[in-house]
Order: sequence, then C-alpha cells, then structure tokens
Amino acid sequence: MIEWPPIVLTLKLAAVVCAVLLVVGMPIAWWLSFSNWRWKFLVESMVALPLVLPPTVLGFYLLVAFGPESPVGRLYRAIAGHGLPFTFAGLAVASVIYSLPFMVQPMVSAFSQVDRALINASSILGASRWRTFFRIVLPLSVGGVVTGIVLSFAHTLGEFGVVLMVGGNIPGATETISIAIYDNVQSLNYAAANRMAVLLLAFSFITLSLTYALNRRVWDVWPLHR
Amino acid sequence: MALVPGESIHESQAVVSIDIARRLSDSFELRASLRASAGFTMILGPSGSGKTTLLDCIAGLARPDSGRIAIGERVIFDSARGIDLPPASRRIGYLFQSLALFPHLTVERNVEYGIARMPAAERERRVSAILDSFRIGDLRGRRPGEISGGERQRAALARSLVTDPAVMLLDEPLSALDLGTRSKIIEDLRRWNESHRIPILYVTHAPEEAFALGERVVVLEAGRVIADGMPQDVLKAPRRETIARIVGFENVFDATVAATMESQGTMVCRLDANHLELEVPLTSARVGARVRVAVRAGDIMIAAERPRGLSARNTFEGRVVEMRRAGVTVVAMVDSGVTFEVHVTPGAAEELRLAPGRQVWLVLKTYSCSLVEP
Repeated sequence: MIEWPPIVLTLKLAAVVCAVLLVVGMPIAWWLSFSNWRWKFLVESMVALPLVLPPTVLGFYLLVAFGPESPVGRLYRAIAGHGLPFTFAGLAVASVIYSLPFMVQPMVSAFSQVDRALINASSILGASRWRTFFRIVLPLSVGGVVTGIVLSFAHTLGEFGVVLMVGGNIPGATETISIAIYDNVQSLNYAAANRMAVLLLAFSFITLSLTYALNRRVWDVWPLHR
Repeated sequence: MALVPGESIHESQAVVSIDIARRLSDSFELRASLRASAGFTMILGPSGSGKTTLLDCIAGLARPDSGRIAIGERVIFDSARGIDLPPASRRIGYLFQSLALFPHLTVERNVEYGIARMPAAERERRVSAILDSFRIGDLRGRRPGEISGGERQRAALARSLVTDPAVMLLDEPLSALDLGTRSKIIEDLRRWNESHRIPILYVTHAPEEAFALGERVVVLEAGRVIADGMPQDVLKAPRRETIARIVGFENVFDATVAATMESQGTMVCRLDANHLELEVPLTSARVGARVRVAVRAGDIMIAAERPRGLSARNTFEGRVVEMRRAGVTVVAMVDSGVTFEVHVTPGAAEELRLAPGRQVWLVLKTYSCSLVEP
C-alpha cells in the first residue's frame, strides 16, 4: 500500500527543476568558468549560498519575496491570477534556487578543466564562442554535466525545509515524499513512513550508482592524452 | 637531408609586419619590431625571452599594450586606431607546443573543424588533399589519443593549414620528436609552402634548428630583438657576444657537400664564399647537398707559422683584420677568404704578437666543425 501522489509529484518536481536548472545553470557555469571580472567571487558566493544557509532561512525569504506585498509576488499574481506560495510553480521556483549550486558547481569544475589551449585553438580556427562551447567545451565536460543533473535531481527529491516553508503540504499540489514521510511520522503511521523512506533511499542510491558508473565510462571512451 | 637555406626567397605575396610592446611584469617588457616575408623566419631565444608572448600577440590571444600588426595591407591590430581583430577573424594558423588537437574528435573532424562553413563537397576535397599531402590519409578515423607523436604533429599542422592561413605560427612544435621524423615534417611543410608562399614564424630555442631551417633568423633576448637577418649575418650583428652565447657558436658558413669519405667517417664541404674546403664529420647529407657549417670561436687554433705534423685536417692561411678584448678573451677576426672569429687567451695573443695585418694560420679539427641540422 504505497501512496502514489506524493511520489509522482516529487518526480515531476525533480524533473522540472532539473530541466530549468540545465538551461539556467549552464550559462552561469560557463560565465563563472571563463570570466575575468574582478567581482566574480560575489556571484560565486551567491550561487553557493544555498549550500550553507538553513533551508528555513531561504524558504522564509522566498516566502516574503513571493508574497502579495512584494513586486515579484504582485507581478506573478497579475499574470497568473493567483499567488506563488503553496503552489507547484512556487515550489519549483524555490527548488531551482535551492538546487542551483548542485547543478552549477560540477559544471564549473568540468568546464575549468578543459585545456585552455583547446579553446584558443578553436577560436583561432575561426569558431565563435557559441560553437567552441558546443563542439569542444561541452563534449569534454559531459561527466560534469551528468553529475550536475543527477545531484540536483537527487537533491530536489530529498528537500524538505524549503518545501515546507514555501509549499506547505497540500496533497497533490505540494506534498512531496519528504513531507509525506514527515506527516506520517507525526501521525505515528510508521509503516507508511517506512515504505516511502525505503523507496526514496533505494531510488537515490540507484541513481547515484548509475551516474558514477556511467561517468567512469565517459572518460574511458574519450581518453585525454596530454 | 637537403637544406635549401636562402634559396626559396621569391617575391613575397604577403609580409607580416609587427611593431608591438607588451609589459608582462615590472621587470619584463616585450618590445618587438620585425617584418617577415614568405618563407621560414626562425625566432630564436632562450626560454623567457618573450617568444611565445610574441606569437600570442600576433594570434590575438594576448593583447599588446601598444603597437601595430599588419598582414600585407590588412591591419589586424592597431592600438592607435583601436583595431583589435578577434583571433577568429585574423586568418592565422597557430601550431601550439601542446598541439591542442581536440581529443574527442577524429583526425578528420579535427582537420575540418576550421572549414565547417564550406560546402560539404569542397570541404571533403580540401580535407582529403591536405591529409594526403601530410601522409596521414589513412588515419582520418582515429582519435588523437590513438596515433603516434609524429602523426599528431602532422594532424595538427594539417588542421591549421587547411584553413588557408595568411600567416603560420609554430611554437617549438617539433621539439619532442626525433630528428628523422622532425625533418620529414619540415620538408612537408616546406613543400606545402612552395605553392602557398606565406610567412611562417617558427619559434625555437634550438640554434641548430634555427640556423638549419631559416631563410631568416630573429634572435630575441629579454623581450628585445637583438639580431635579425640571414643566418650568416645574424652572428655578425652588434651584441655579438650575447648572440653567440644564445646560439652556441660564433662562425657559420653556407657550404656544399663536395665529397663523402664513408670509411673515414668524414666528408668535405666547400664553403660558398671562397671555395675553401673543410673536412667535417660525416652526416647523412649527400654530395651536392647544401649545408651550413658551424664552428665555435674557441675551437679554432691560431699558428704564427705554417703548422706541420698535426692531426688536425683543416689548415688555412689568413690575415688578422681586427682585434679586441672581450673580458678575459681576445677576439681576433681572421680573413681567410671568409672571416673567422677566433677566441684566444691574452697570453697566447701576446706570445704570437697578434695584431691587425699579421699573417697567421688557422687550424680546425674535423670534430670542431659541425653541420647544423634540424
């Protein structure tokens, strides 16, 4: 007897967050890897903030930022007809911000490891930055990108604090697995909590193992002889 | 191998002219002014003399603080007019020391990388032609990690040249290769350039390579050009001592192999300037091949009378034309049809009463003469 709605919702949330992060995170990672701007460290700190902040702090500020008093909240309400907090969209936005470093940091480390000489060679051969990125940097950073996708997916699966603050526990809309486990424990329904916890544990372990195994193969296919 | 120094200077299609300054640290500034026409211009200098920075500035990877770089009429950098073309639009080929072949792409994909915008048929034709002319046609499906060092060099060279660059830059590209592989690749590059006639700037810290290959040699020291000209003229430039220290020999002569004595392990080279015959150690050069003979000034002996009963095979009569002190060494310039620079100790100079106008005999051991080869 497994409660499916929280599981489906969680997977959907993780997938949406991952897709958004891929699009948003890649340019940020590219910029962080190659910019020489002297204040770059400020952006680096911003991106890394969710790693150190308690989820409640982040959730609290997001709640305020999404609220009817804030410009962002009002703009969203004007467009969508309802507020962001306690909706799936609000949850997704919060999760994107919360999981950002998990997507960006593996990418930055992979991009930075690409030999600068290859990038120089590419531009001397007439390639645009765009082409250099997609033909040289990205293919040589596949491992980092895959790691980023998996880490941010897994991180979104397991997040609790931000979801509780921004999403609440509305079944079918914002009740994710971690919230459902919490609710079950609160109502002393340990059997149901255990079923979900085991599922989350197994799923996380399998995805991580698959990525690490796959990652190793990626490098075997493309030997880097220096 | 057949050397053709000084032979292939034709009318140049494009001349690259460089006049730049770039400060790298408080104590080091590259300030270089030079022009290179079609053919090999060797840029020689000790490490840290600014050679790679110079190439980076030409390619657009480094930005000079001031100055101007032009290829023919086309200005690619001019600080005064605010011109600074990005590397992608400079039409320059650059062979890095590390080669920088794309490790995830096959040889074929690497080579066609720079001509991706061409129609497929034209692209395929060009790639095939260049792969064949660099003798790596059968490697097109391999990745850089799967081929030998020499083959990687050829692939990287083909990748640059297929884009039809207006200037080709090479940064110590062949230093990791053995002599045979190296000279074959250089011959291929020379043959390619017979039909393309572009300036090739070749950076090296190996004087033998510079003097053997170059139609012109530019010597760089501490960011400055201290000599620039035909190989045999470079050693005669001002600041001779510095140049000799960098180069490792003071005398260099163009010559032709006149005879080889395999059983003796020697051969005879006839100097172009005065048909003087020098016995030198045997190399793979054939009779009739054009070579350059290098001799250290300290390896030449001076005799006041015609020497007899010596093991040394080369004795020439000459006349002292110039004498000067350089530290604890006496430098004598002796005219023997060509001018030899000879270093002796002050004591020896005094005992032999060396002075301008004095008739002397020069003695060179066979093994003091070396052929410069890449």
